Amino acid sequence: MDLNITGIRLDVTEDGYLTDLSHWNKEIALEIAKENNIELTDKHWEVLYWIQEQVKNDVALSIRGIKKSGIIDIKEFYDLFPGGPLKISTKIAGVPKPKSCI
Amino acid sequence: MKNLVILGAGTSGTMMANHLVSKLPKKEWKITIVDQYKTHYYQPGFLFLPFDIYTEDQVKRVGKKFIPKNVNYIQKKIEQIFPKENKVELEDETLQYDILIVATGCKIAPQETEGMKGENWRKNVFDFYTYEGSLALRNKLRDWKGGKMVVHFTEMPIKCPVAPLEFVFLADSYFTKKGMRDKVDLTYVTPLGGAFTKPKATAALSHLMKEKNINVVTDFNIERVDNEKNQIVDYGDTTVDFDLLVTVPTNMGDEVIARSGMGDDLNYVPTHHNTLQSLDHDNVFVIGDATNIPASKAGSVAHFASETLTDNILLYIDGKPLKEEFDGHANCFIETGNNKALLIDFNYKYEPLEGTFPIAGIGPLKLLKESIFNHWGKLAFRWIYWNMLLKGIPIPMVSRNMSLKGKKIN
Repeated sequence: MDLNITGIRLDVTEDGYLTDLSHWNKEIALEIAKENNIELTDKHWEVLYWIQEQVKNDVALSIRGIKKSGIIDIKEFYDLFPGGPLKISTKIAGVPKPKSCI
Repeated sequence: MKNLVILGAGTSGTMMANHLVSKLPKKEWKITIVDQYKTHYYQPGFLFLPFDIYTEDQVKRVGKKFIPKNVNYIQKKIEQIFPKENKVELEDETLQYDILIVATGCKIAPQETEGMKGENWRKNVFDFYTYEGSLALRNKLRDWKGGKMVVHFTEMPIKCPVAPLEFVFLADSYFTKKGMRDKVDLTYVTPLGGAFTKPKATAALSHLMKEKNINVVTDFNIERVDNEKNQIVDYGDTTVDFDLLVTVPTNMGDEVIARSGMGDDLNYVPTHHNTLQSLDHDNVFVIGDATNIPASKAGSVAHFASETLTDNILLYIDGKPLKEEFDGHANCFIETGNNKALLIDFNYKYEPLEGTFPIAGIGPLKLLKESIFNHWGKLAFRWIYWNMLLKGIPIPMVSRNMSLKGKKIN
């Protein structure tokens, strides 16, 4: 599947997650955030960069990780990305959503 | 004489002992395996025990029986690994090693969630990832009169990530057979975005939940178990009521990994995805549930990995470059109830796809589709485990790396 953002075609999964983090940039993040009715603040960016760092280091993303991140607590995480915070924040960060084997 | 030490005599450690005993020259290498426990459990059987499909005797053996005679077997507690000094401290002796294989696995950590291991633990809050938990649940189910059963897992990664789904499917079958399905309200609660999370599996299998009348609650990140209200509560303040909670707590690597300063936040050892060498120490290799590799924590993964790891240990001894070969291959039967099962075959790169297995176009097993034959495969697997897998005997026609033959890619 493709996603068309600011004139650039991006390869995404069937549920709209970027398949290659190296294609990610701030404009793409702003656009995906907008689709999810989120306006990105400095705190959002801090969390997004932290998430990308975890993924690059092979660390499985979970709420536990957020709790220990030292950046925000879980309550704030829910406030920043209402609904499914992990599902939404990973989409904006351009990394795969947390998943199982099927 | 050089020393190769294997820590853990579970699925991975036992397989490695069996592989290496015939490959390493006896005059040059002494192989030692350490595990504090006497009993080797067939862990996939813990799924069947609660439903009286397997008996206690079918899921346990004396571990020593599976360790080759020429391997030095030590049944003692491991206190600490000192990777910089190439030594392992046991409860009352110290082992020096030239090569270390860490196969210390992972286990449930219910204490990580507030209230989980509380006053109702094993009264109406159960796990089925331990022998004791699975057995206690069986005894509970035998005379449970019905109500709200909630099947839940806390967070990824967990051992055998499909087991909670299989559990809820088998529960549906079990209560139907007992003629009390109408008295049981079944709910599946997951921290992920859906009961199925991979596109092909979602398309092929989502109907199962509806057909079996199983409610699904997604994106549920558990904060605590409320033992007074019999609820699980998530960080977003959503609650799910239960009469009987069957949960998979957080899974963590062994405490010895934390004591040795060798693990990540969940005590998993950072490991090269394709060579299985530790990222921090050249003469330390890691296999099975103890690693942090992004493969499933499953016996089949350990089985395929053990073949690559055996080759790599021999290459390491010869001072040659290691093979970057392991592809995360997993092959798992998934019980869907009513004597049917699915089969999935996948790796780091490819999600489970539809098709035939192991012979392209013929099968006889079908991938990502329910069939009775797949269920027989799952039941036959117990025999294969005790008689082939642990002994390191390759499974005919199933190669260590995943094959795309017989799979529908698009």
